[in-house]
Amino acid sequence: MYGSGVLRGMGVTLKHFFVTYIEDLKYVFKGGRNTDKHMAVRQGPQARGIFTVQYPEERLPVPENFRYIPFLVFDTQKNEDRCTSCGICAKVCPPQCIWIVRTNDPKTNRPIPQPAEFYIDASICMSCGLCAEFCPFDAIKMDHDYELSSFERFNTLVFDKQKLTKPDTYHAAIHPTDWQRELKEKEEAAKKEAEKAAAAAAKKAAAAAAKPAEAAKPVDTPKPEPPAA
Amino acid sequence: MAGKAAAAPVAELTGPLAVLKEKFGDAIKPGDFEGAVIGNDQLVEAAKFIRDDMGYDYLSSVTGVDYPAANEVEVVYHAYSTRHTGAPLVFKARAPRDNSVVPSLTSVWSGANFQEREAWDLVGIKFEGHPNLKRILMWEGFQGHPLRKDWKEAYYEQDTKPFDSRWPGGHHQRAEDRVPFADNVEFPPNFDPAQYVAQADAAVYEQLKKVEVGEHGELAEPSDNGNGQHSDKIETDQLVVNLGPQHPSTHGVFRMAVTLEGETITALEPVMGYLHRNHEKIGERNTFIQNMPFTDRLDYLSSMSNNLGYALAVEKLMNVKPPERAEYIRVIMVELTRICNHVWALGFLLNDLGAFFTPALYGMEERELILDLFEAAAGSRMMCNYMRFGGVARDLPEGWIEKCREIVFDRLPRKIDDFDHYLTDIEIIRARCEGVGVLTAEDAVKYSVAGPLLRASGVQYDCRRADSYSIYDRFDFDVAVRDHGDVYDRYLIRLDEIRQSIRILKQALDQIPATGEIQAGKKQYQARVPAGQAYGRVEGPKGELGFYVVSDGNPNPYRYHIRAPSFINLTALGPMCVGNKVADAVIILGSIDIVLGETDR
Repeated sequence: MYGSGVLRGMGVTLKHFFVTYIEDLKYVFKGGRNTDKHMAVRQGPQARGIFTVQYPEERLPVPENFRYIPFLVFDTQKNEDRCTSCGICAKVCPPQCIWIVRTNDPKTNRPIPQPAEFYIDASICMSCGLCAEFCPFDAIKMDHDYELSSFERFNTLVFDKQKLTKPDTYHAAIHPTDWQRELKEKEEAAKKEAEKAAAAAAKKAAAAAAKPAEAAKPVDTPKPEPPAA
Repeated sequence: MAGKAAAAPVAELTGPLAVLKEKFGDAIKPGDFEGAVIGNDQLVEAAKFIRDDMGYDYLSSVTGVDYPAANEVEVVYHAYSTRHTGAPLVFKARAPRDNSVVPSLTSVWSGANFQEREAWDLVGIKFEGHPNLKRILMWEGFQGHPLRKDWKEAYYEQDTKPFDSRWPGGHHQRAEDRVPFADNVEFPPNFDPAQYVAQADAAVYEQLKKVEVGEHGELAEPSDNGNGQHSDKIETDQLVVNLGPQHPSTHGVFRMAVTLEGETITALEPVMGYLHRNHEKIGERNTFIQNMPFTDRLDYLSSMSNNLGYALAVEKLMNVKPPERAEYIRVIMVELTRICNHVWALGFLLNDLGAFFTPALYGMEERELILDLFEAAAGSRMMCNYMRFGGVARDLPEGWIEKCREIVFDRLPRKIDDFDHYLTDIEIIRARCEGVGVLTAEDAVKYSVAGPLLRASGVQYDCRRADSYSIYDRFDFDVAVRDHGDVYDRYLIRLDEIRQSIRILKQALDQIPATGEIQAGKKQYQARVPAGQAYGRVEGPKGELGFYVVSDGNPNPYRYHIRAPSFINLTALGPMCVGNKVADAVIILGSIDIVLGETDR
């Protein structure tokens, strides 16, 4: 029959239209519309009604692995940058948008493990995440903030160290799984250090026992350090 | 070919190459690392022998490599047999650098046409006997051949990355400040940019006049008088129409220059390169791992497949094998990519047919869900950058498999059936697609087209089966094939392939180990790749995607070439369109399913 396809198609559209309201009403009673939970269902495998999201009024939650321009992690406990300016991120960066100036000791002119200047040219960065993946100190991480547009496209998009640095509490908040892994690794490293220290102390004690003339010094337990590569 | 063997050049010719040696004697010499070098006098003869007597009927890849140290350029050919499974036959031809002339193989394999033009354009190898040897990706005002080792780009900084200026004294500087634009652009001698437009277009239109007469040749007879053709009944003038480069139907910046007799196409010349960024030269500057995110940007609709193809090629050189769980993750990702790509292709094919955006948006809903999966695992929806040499970048997050199962087992089969139910039998689609843009099996093989295009023409050839890689030999699936070779069959075969992909996905999701390593060996920010040559290929959603990687043992690839299916499939566009109406050119192009990021590279 002519026109049956058209009618069928309009039926599909009509159903979509009504189901949208039904689904929305459901969520008014289930903790409110436009929450992360609602959005995950609305644009999820069980979606029945409207599929689109009215950005920026409505937003989808971003997954933990989501990556955008990197940021530098600042260790709030030790009150220092995690970055040691080893340069691995600058070397692995595919578009070569990371620029690092290493700090040199003014007296000896030897390198000190912290960056003097750190730039990421966000207009060149392709957000591939290789820098964060290969950083041995967990010092550079990928951000979740994807709204970077600005009125000027040259200087505002070259991010310097000040703009790039964010506290590790922020990192812990957006990357909970990664943060747990870090804590676990730190704990293990600390345990290993403690064991090493204990072994060294035992050795010393044994040596002291062999030579009772020498007094054994008390051994400090070393502070936990971030795991090296 | 890989690993330890890669360190030493091939001393003796074995297997099929020995047959070649027996036949042609001294004209055949062993090549470095792999393949045989055929003397230029014997090349066409040998190619005919390879095609007809040895059965390697499908010329997959042609590319050039520049070796300034030996003062030579080398052309590398990879030929396969569509009737048998197994490894490629690699043969090469050499020519001195300053007078690089190699006989063209277009008379043996028509599929060599665009690839030889590309090798001329980028490496500067002249192919004697090529019907239309002119630049294909670059414009006429381009000076030099960029893949020659001594050619430097406008913003040249250093031969290889990482650049010394970045660390430890990395004071930021913009490339445009260092090398101001206009000081760094050269034109060939006797080239006047002001005169360019007229000249270049004249060259394109000139080509339209001498397009070979195909099976619909009754319309393509060359005319005697300059301004038009005569048919028996009505006197009409030939009309030249440009479709594109800015045209909604070309799916990007792609141009088709068409001559028309009434509404019927008599000749069609594709013009491309508007999105060219010299990906392969960038690839030579990059280190091996740095190329991985760049492969995402080739066919940006199916970045996971691109990742896998490149990873396979480099893994061949490094001789590493990913652990079990990583293999499964790879297969799952790649098959999801195929579904993603095909729903997009189908949606936009219908868009071209006039079903404005409704089917496309229905397709995109499924794509959106798959992209969510990619985002959760890889961190990005389209630029996934997920595969590594010997594994994948990171393990799947918690709950990923469950979400994937929900989509693959429940939602996708239902939605694909919906697609089929609502669209396949629509009268308009059948009328517009059936019998349009026919490509016979013979022509399909001749023109080296790949993927759904090849299989819709009745050639049951799929790299996953023919030259099995990763763990595809464990899965139970069929290679979809259709017989008519028209646009309608290309539509149907994509539906078939989605169903087969769902089948593979179901098995993979059932079999994937719950935990395990995802990376073989230790992760290195500079992969150590031994010297050698490798050709890794995967059955991408658009067709056979091949990566030809040459390593000389340095951290950067010596040569990095991509056999881009959407580029090579376009070889058949002209012959398919001749004899059809101009409106059909749009859907024939849509049925090839090109992505300009890959076509132009």
